[in-house]
Amino acid sequence: MLNERVSEINSLVSEMGGLVEDAIVKAIRTMVEKDPTDADQVINDLEPRINELEKRIDEECLITLARYQPVAHDLRRVVAVLKIDKDLERMGDHCENIARRAKEIIKEPLLKPLIDLPRMAETAQEITKEALDSFFKEDTQLAKQAIEKDVLVDQLQEQIIRELISYILADPRNINKALDLIFTSKDLERISDLATNIAEETFFLVEGSDIRHTGPKDQRKD
Amino acid sequence: MAIKIEARDVSVYFGSTQILHNVNLGIEEKSVTAIIGPSGCGKTTFLRTLNRLNDLSPDFRLEGEILLDGENIYHMDPIVLRRRVGMVFQKPNPFPMSIFDNVAYGLRLQGIKDKHLLQEKVKSALIAAGLWEEVQNRLSSNAFDLSGGQQQRLCIARAIAVDPEVLLMDEPTSALDPAATSRVEELILELKKSYTIVLVTHNMYQAARVSDFTAFFLSGYLVEFNKTDVIFTNPRDERTQRYVTGKFG
Repeated sequence: MLNERVSEINSLVSEMGGLVEDAIVKAIRTMVEKDPTDADQVINDLEPRINELEKRIDEECLITLARYQPVAHDLRRVVAVLKIDKDLERMGDHCENIARRAKEIIKEPLLKPLIDLPRMAETAQEITKEALDSFFKEDTQLAKQAIEKDVLVDQLQEQIIRELISYILADPRNINKALDLIFTSKDLERISDLATNIAEETFFLVEGSDIRHTGPKDQRKD
Repeated sequence: MAIKIEARDVSVYFGSTQILHNVNLGIEEKSVTAIIGPSGCGKTTFLRTLNRLNDLSPDFRLEGEILLDGENIYHMDPIVLRRRVGMVFQKPNPFPMSIFDNVAYGLRLQGIKDKHLLQEKVKSALIAAGLWEEVQNRLSSNAFDLSGGQQQRLCIARAIAVDPEVLLMDEPTSALDPAATSRVEELILELKKSYTIVLVTHNMYQAARVSDFTAFFLSGYLVEFNKTDVIFTNPRDERTQRYVTGKFG
């Protein structure tokens, strides 16, 4: 009945989230370890599986809505999942971008040692994990913690961009390599931001409140 | 999954009136198949055809064949058939006797006299029907003392006590309140692990909730038969689409 359907959907979302976390780690590890194996796995295995899961979860949600007419908390869960799987799918796309770019970057010596990008990736992965855990555990405190952590990712990105601009100014021949790293930081920033969207859905699930555009994430921007 | 019951080109007549038109339908073993459709579409007639209850009408006539495990049921002894294909009706219809005797009724008809065996079989049928916990201390009470929902589960226990292979259910929850309905629906999902269930229901949402396959009948024709997931998300026939979206019927 409905409970079994919801458990099945939860387990699919959990599987999808696990693949995204794996993709974040492997996409960045390609650059750090200068080994394209991980990038190939992201491109050829993880990202396609993430896409398939998005379709499967959408279908499960559609069937659940049609057959069980969930209301209240159950309805909010299905609606939230329909948004979460879109966020996870987009995160998978960003991981693929990073992986493809990483394969190119490692063909030549790096512009600089990678310190902040791996930290950004690690934090983005943590936010993803906490956001999904908060949703499954229906824990708004954990969701808030995940959202607040996004500030670290933003700060790291600003730092990376400032530093890379100085490399460009010092020698315009660095521009291509610097831009690759800037775009990578942008992908990680987007991944982190999409993960906080998931955490916002925890508030919708638990409290029925819509904190998008008004919650901690947006207050920080003001 | 194997096909348990198969209707081949089944047409049913009462006198000169044709009620069913060339119905072809394969019912999978150990699944729930729901039959839906507006009043007068022939769904109950079809159900009653599956264990030859329509034979009781003198002007009934059937063309085509219905196979149970590949064997034509109209070549079988109806008593044997009805032991293999049990029925639960719209309104709970316990016999005017004790709870125990209601469940033991069919077993005694089968010639079982051993007291311990009867007790064992009655108990396991009541457990399977999800009623044991509620009645174990009052098995000798009159069945009419039970609530409507309990009476219907008692009728289900009575039907499964003789160990049928197929259970036909004709709107089994239409006389029950929502809580009792939900209890019976959960029971149906449990029972399909052991039995093939064919469920006629007026309640489209019940078909959506509990069935694996759904057959949509209209004016005596089988319009569409498919997985329930498909019928309720992407039906192939425009008439099915209109019915499940509540635009007619």
